[in-house]
Amino acid sequence: MAHVNKNGEVWVFAEQEDGSFGNIPFELLGKGRELADKLGVKLGAVLMGSGVEPLAAELGARGADRVHLFDHPRLARYQTASYSRLLADAILADEPQICLFGATPTGRDLAPTVASSLRCGLTADCTDLQIGSYDDPVAKETYEGVLHQIRPAFGGNIIATIVNPRDWPQMATVREGVMKPLASDPSRKAEIVRRDTSALDAMELPTEVLDVVRKVKTVDLAGARIIVAGGAGVGSKENFGLLRELADALGGAAVGGSRAACDLGYLPSDCQIGQTGTTVRPALYVACGISGAVQHVAGMRDSAKIIAINTDPSAPIFSVAHYGIVGDLRKVIPMLVASLREPQRGR
Amino acid sequence: MRPAPPAVRNYNMDTTKRGLRSVVCVKQVPDTKQVTGDAMRPDGTINRAALPAIFNPEDRNALEAALSVRDACGGTVAVVTMGLPAASAILREALACGADEVYLVTDRRAAASDTLATSYILSQAVAKLRPDLVFCGRQAIDGDTAQVGPQIAEKLGFALVAYASEVSIDEHGLAVARRDVGSGVETTRTRLPALLTVSSAAAPLRPRNAKLLMKYKNAEPTVWSLDDIGADLSRCGKAGSPTNVSRVQSVVLAGGDYRAFSADEEGAKALVAELVASHTLG
Repeated sequence: MAHVNKNGEVWVFAEQEDGSFGNIPFELLGKGRELADKLGVKLGAVLMGSGVEPLAAELGARGADRVHLFDHPRLARYQTASYSRLLADAILADEPQICLFGATPTGRDLAPTVASSLRCGLTADCTDLQIGSYDDPVAKETYEGVLHQIRPAFGGNIIATIVNPRDWPQMATVREGVMKPLASDPSRKAEIVRRDTSALDAMELPTEVLDVVRKVKTVDLAGARIIVAGGAGVGSKENFGLLRELADALGGAAVGGSRAACDLGYLPSDCQIGQTGTTVRPALYVACGISGAVQHVAGMRDSAKIIAINTDPSAPIFSVAHYGIVGDLRKVIPMLVASLREPQRGR
Repeated sequence: MRPAPPAVRNYNMDTTKRGLRSVVCVKQVPDTKQVTGDAMRPDGTINRAALPAIFNPEDRNALEAALSVRDACGGTVAVVTMGLPAASAILREALACGADEVYLVTDRRAAASDTLATSYILSQAVAKLRPDLVFCGRQAIDGDTAQVGPQIAEKLGFALVAYASEVSIDEHGLAVARRDVGSGVETTRTRLPALLTVSSAAAPLRPRNAKLLMKYKNAEPTVWSLDDIGADLSRCGKAGSPTNVSRVQSVVLAGGDYRAFSADEEGAKALVAELVASHTLG
């Protein structure tokens, strides 16, 4: 394990696939920038792939001071063995103090493998990160400038703050859609650091990727301004038609659901909102027939306005809602749709 | 200094003749899904005692994947858990579903292990069973970290196949898996020994067999202490855990201002008017 290096950079893993980024590298850079500034160190982006150098400029525009570029034909697709080997070696060489990964399938494959090989700590699925101090009650020591890794646990029922003050780097995966990216500023340039990838030349990789089938995303919940969501209380797949009508009347809102609704087969699983699904923070969230289990609420409580529609007045969803209607959604939604479609609405 | 990389332990090279040796790592967890109504205290915190202990859902998918490989290739399926003696309940369930052997690692010195220490302890137990294949659930519903599986693979020097939704062994003895990579589904072929983490998208666990259920009603697992698995105590429990929990807060559900609207046309109109007035709707 690397030792505590207060001058170490803050690193973020800039996950790319087939030469393009999702939003997560920019979210990590947004948070990473804040942490690096607080610590007075540089922000490094780790970029791995084959022929990916053209992507480096965007990482600079989004806040990176340096881009650690690992370019090798064998990095074209993510593989645990190749990526983890190079990253672990680079961490040992540079001793960054913080390493952040997206809590994506790739990040959650790479980060634990690297942490295990370095024998350092790793916190999964953080929803916030801060720099602070830590008083170790056992060793009676105070550590300054450590990373507070804040995450929901126990199905979203508790929020835990995790620290690893001794065995650095401090590593965390970060939930998608939670951190705010910086706006792209093309005048910001990052220094490109070409890293040695020769370890891969003769490396035996145990896995061969035979085939990749792209999934067409059925819904973009993380980016939606308005979301209409349903729970078990919607009662059937057909009744989700009502929610879609409401979404239309709201000007094309996204439709999602609770874990219960997805488990019941009312919606595909990528429409799930909550602790184990997508975290959302739209301007308006309409919760229909959702009881408000904590694991669901953990993924939508930051919505600017929440409307709850439920037959049960004691449903926990009402305690996070700004507006509530106690009633049967099969009656309430058509009335809302009618009001929304009135040309003189709200006057 | 980086710890020396683990040597690949390819125990059973000639897998075609005697089938494959699989180990499944499972966990007994509190049923966090049941956190509604009864389990909620009035202040919005959780009454954990009101939650039943269950077989972690994705570990059930992992067990099924191992059993289906055994169905196809022959061999044996051993199931390992780390926990309190009460966790034997899920091991009996595994036996009733067709597992061949069950092991419980239980030791007070393993308490307060984080994922790094847990993966170390489990890797020691798994290594003792000399498998060709290891199956883990993708993640446990109490921690949701998805870290222990990959970290066991790293410690054993096994190839890792994470987020698998389908697993089979081809004619060359390679593990062919479909895995969810977020943007799509990848099909991979991996040499053994390998560890797969299996997601809820995979086949559900077969029902318990009535005969086996009766047969193993009072069965007890083979119990191992940390000494039995040759664990280095400095890598177990609190001592082996780099992460510290510095603070835990219960989630208290609380909204801002709340306004109720009636479930009639008037209420619907008033709510829409409010949304317009607050500039929520343009």
